[in-house]
Amino acid sequence: MAGSLEGQLALITGGSRGIGQEIARVLGRQGALVVATATTPAGAERIDADLAAHGIRGTGVALDVTDDAAMSAVLAQIQASHGAPTILVNNAGITRDQLLLRMKDDDWDDVMATNLRAVYRLSKLCVRDMLKARFGRIINITSVVGVMGNAGQTNYAAAKAGVAGFTRAMAREVAARQVTVNCVAPGFISTDMTEGLNDTHRDALMQQIPAGRLGVVADVAAAVAYLAGPDAGYVTGQILHVNGGMWMG
Amino acid sequence: MDSVAERVKKVVVEQLGVNEDEVTNEASFVDDLGADSLDTVELVMALEEEFDCEIPDEEAEKIATVQQAIDYVSAHMPTKDA
Repeated sequence: MAGSLEGQLALITGGSRGIGQEIARVLGRQGALVVATATTPAGAERIDADLAAHGIRGTGVALDVTDDAAMSAVLAQIQASHGAPTILVNNAGITRDQLLLRMKDDDWDDVMATNLRAVYRLSKLCVRDMLKARFGRIINITSVVGVMGNAGQTNYAAAKAGVAGFTRAMAREVAARQVTVNCVAPGFISTDMTEGLNDTHRDALMQQIPAGRLGVVADVAAAVAYLAGPDAGYVTGQILHVNGGMWMG
Repeated sequence: MDSVAERVKKVVVEQLGVNEDEVTNEASFVDDLGADSLDTVELVMALEEEFDCEIPDEEAEKIATVQQAIDYVSAHMPTKDA
């Protein structure tokens, strides 16, 4: 598969660690020029260093995906220096877990802003050039929680399910222009974000995974690479579940 | 320099992939030239680029024929020698 993304420009949000970092590495290894975002300048520098360490052409940029003006400015800057992204991976996500009865409005709003609204905005900004080019790949990272639900994650589950609906509607709008829009829905993956779960929660989740192990970031990145690649042109509006059998849609 | 009408028609031909002789002034993008809703949005985007102007959504919705596009652009084109 090496070289199959030669000539592509991949923009990945939330690329400084975890799943996003691995996606950046894998797409880069397959030949794409990579631009990955982090919320802080320090995070962007870590991306630069990581890509360089892996011999991948690319750069990190600081972007708070909830800052509309910054998002527009960053995209304009990318377009000016590298051209228009042909692959967009909306990966940036946050959790603010809390039982509904205790959930603060801010916990709800913050998760919606980062996990749902930013996907809408960045997709809209990027799709214009994709339509013009008659080619594009948008891959939204959702979650098994968006289809199964999970106690303590009403906000997160709602946002991820929202992204799935957005994906299907957008896929219908742009399919005739060879722009595909899909989701990759990880199950329980070993990352910083899932480290935050307590042991009881983790053990209970493990009971539900037929594969008998947690996922690793490479499992998710491989699915993203497939959807980004030249062989997936007829696959659109789908959710590709990567969860060890935890959920079989 | 081509006239506004010629430039509009060129954009229509390129954007909708139709033959030049089909693009009469009276031609409707949807009914005569086979444009779908996304085509019409893209066409407006292409006109904005060609003529370096911004066409507000409520105005864009009223542009349904080649003539209406020519009229809109003629009326709103930034005057280069001003």
